[in-house]
Amino acid sequence: MATDEKKDGEWPLWEVFTQPPGGKPHEHAGSVHAADAEMALQNARDVYTRRGEAVSVWVVPSAAITASAPGDAGPFFDPGNDKPYRHPQFYKTPRGVKVF
Amino acid sequence: MSSALFEFVLRLGDDRLVLGHRNSEWCGHGPILEEDIALANISLDLVGQAQLFLGLAARIENQGRDADALAYWRDEYQFRNLQMVELPRGDFGFTMVRQFLFSAWSHQFLDAVAKVGRQDLAGIAAKAFKENRYHLRHSSQWVIRLGDGTDESHRRVQAALDEAWLWTGEFFYQDDADRALAAEGIAADPEAMREPFGALVGEVLRQAQLTLPAAPMRMVGGRKGRHTEHLGHMLAEMQIVARSHPGAGW
Repeated sequence: MATDEKKDGEWPLWEVFTQPPGGKPHEHAGSVHAADAEMALQNARDVYTRRGEAVSVWVVPSAAITASAPGDAGPFFDPGNDKPYRHPQFYKTPRGVKVF
Repeated sequence: MSSALFEFVLRLGDDRLVLGHRNSEWCGHGPILEEDIALANISLDLVGQAQLFLGLAARIENQGRDADALAYWRDEYQFRNLQMVELPRGDFGFTMVRQFLFSAWSHQFLDAVAKVGRQDLAGIAAKAFKENRYHLRHSSQWVIRLGDGTDESHRRVQAALDEAWLWTGEFFYQDDADRALAAEGIAADPEAMREPFGALVGEVLRQAQLTLPAAPMRMVGGRKGRHTEHLGHMLAEMQIVARSHPGAGW
């Protein structure tokens, strides 16, 4: 729980993830303000599920999320882009080996 | 008998039409954005239920009226809603307390109506019961937070409860036509719900640190078309567009 009061008087911010039907993963839908978890869940239901898009809702305090900074994009992600041998498709299957 | 059934279904529809309208008065004035949307959602649910119940009532009456005719072209003495739902919306605490009491009672009442022999009536009640479960969860959580909140929020919801509780006697109103319908298994007997309603309310109020007032109940009259001074003003606002342009469509 955050110990210092927000200066703008707003309730804490929560990120909302909704799961569409069909077993797909939860997707980020947006954010809501709420004083506690139960209220955040209800606010998320009221704001983000009006058009029948969700079968499940997660809410997470925004403060609990650690995100990569835009400036880190180069060192974090560029090295993975020029190493095709990390993908299974790079390899030719030897004769006689069953391919599934 | 069919006129008693018409009255019974009309009451179900009118309760939700009037309460839906009262909640909709918060649209654009909610304390926070999320709550503005929540109250609008609850209103839409209630008006949708009213449309179904009034549509069924019109078919039972079989005089060529439909849900719109019942909603927009009756005068206040023809409405059969509880007096509690026509009271002005008050502050946010009053709206939540009133919604909580109505939803707590509807939780019992709709569950019973969803089990009656008439399929069309039971089906509408089952859908309304599901929507009401969310209204009950939302309003009871607010009553708990406001009651067990700051000095000001506690004072305001205790005052709201002191006022709203006095109107709940009408939940259990029954006349001979109701008893006849209940005996046929068509209508539900409200007396059977008094205890579970009391238990549900008691549990939430305990968590909210609120107490029930010891004052006597208000006189009943809504089920017979006798309303407070508030309904007339509300209907004037609700019906003016339809009555100014009869037969117009969107």
